[in-house]
Amino acid sequence: MVSAPSLGEQAYVRGGATQTAVKILVVGHFAVGKTTFIGSISEIEPLSTEETMTRAAEAVDDLKGVQGKTTTTVAMDFGRLTISDRVVLYLFGTPGQQRFVQMWEDMARGALGALILVDPERLADSFPVIDLIEQYGLDYAIAVNHFTGAPPRDEAALREALDLLADTPVVTCDARDEKSSAAALTTLVRYLLDRAH
Amino acid sequence: MTDRDAWEPEAAPLVRPYVITKGRELPDEEQLSLITLVTAAPADPRRPARLSPEEQTLLDLCSAGYLSVAEVAGHTQLPLGVVRILLSSLAEGGHLVTRPPVAPAALADREILQEVLNGLRAKFG
Ligand SMILES: Nc1nc2c(ncn2[C@@H]2O[C@H](COP(=O)(O)OP(=O)(O)OP(=O)(O)O)[C@@H](O)[C@H]2O)c(=O)[nH]1
Ligand SMILES: [Mg+2]
Repeated sequence: MVSAPSLGEQAYVRGGATQTAVKILVVGHFAVGKTTFIGSISEIEPLSTEETMTRAAEAVDDLKGVQGKTTTTVAMDFGRLTISDRVVLYLFGTPGQQRFVQMWEDMARGALGALILVDPERLADSFPVIDLIEQYGLDYAIAVNHFTGAPPRDEAALREALDLLADTPVVTCDARDEKSSAAALTTLVRYLLDRAH
Repeated sequence: MTDRDAWEPEAAPLVRPYVITKGRELPDEEQLSLITLVTAAPADPRRPARLSPEEQTLLDLCSAGYLSVAEVAGHTQLPLGVVRILLSSLAEGGHLVTRPPVAPAALADREILQEVLNGLRAKFG
């Protein structure tokens, strides 16, 4: 049976009658920090939802190399940020798997752009998701998440490894930190603004 | 009606979506996107509601303000496809008000991006 959650006032979009929604994608490979990033700046507890047919894919994810992680995102999670009386911003996070095609189409359609989270120790894992974002024609910035104590990688080397355009922004980010996440998002939006005609 | 509690737990998600949507087609995606904002329309006494329990549940959820379609799915834990069908049926019946997101043509609009940028700066410094 469908549960009927009763929500507090702050669950609803403030000034909803005059608001228009926009969205930005927060993507990256498995366990790179997407949910953490969204949770650090969302004004609501991050929510998740799935398309009807995604459960079959659930057991396939590669858990190697990830410690202390017991759950994985099957489909998408998202958060919300009220920007003004006119604009409410949604952040949608999803892993890079091509097999969630329907979900990718839903998420990418009409998105302002994408922030791609990258772990510098697992660069090759980011290739598929960068390909996907380019395939959907979305403008993007790269946010490099540091997990280990390893010295930060040289930005030029990282750009070359990821085959980035010269003007694609690259920022470092700790997804657990609100200010750091917000700064990465701000960098993306400034870049999108530069590119808008 | 069968006793739902007696079902195998994993059988339910496979059966329920079709049952609760009465086999209806998925709506036009442009019509109800992930970020279309929805709220319950003021009740119209000339138009008595004949709603399924699931439709009534969604309408109740939407009666206290605006939520995005994705949020409705997130709060009810229903698959997105099911929520879309139920919400568009409610909208067709005049029970739901919908606010579409920024039209794709206007997305390159500098004004919107500038507003987002200003908002982020104001919020996070
Ligand atoms: N050191 C460090 N740890 C992080 C950072 N971001 C996330 N983590 C940790 O990495 C783990 C995975 O983070 P999640 O946010 O669940 O990653 P995800 O991308 O949502 O994972 P999936 O949805 O399963 O693909 C968690 O234990 C986080 O606390 C970061 O910037 N730095
Ligand atoms: Mg996640």
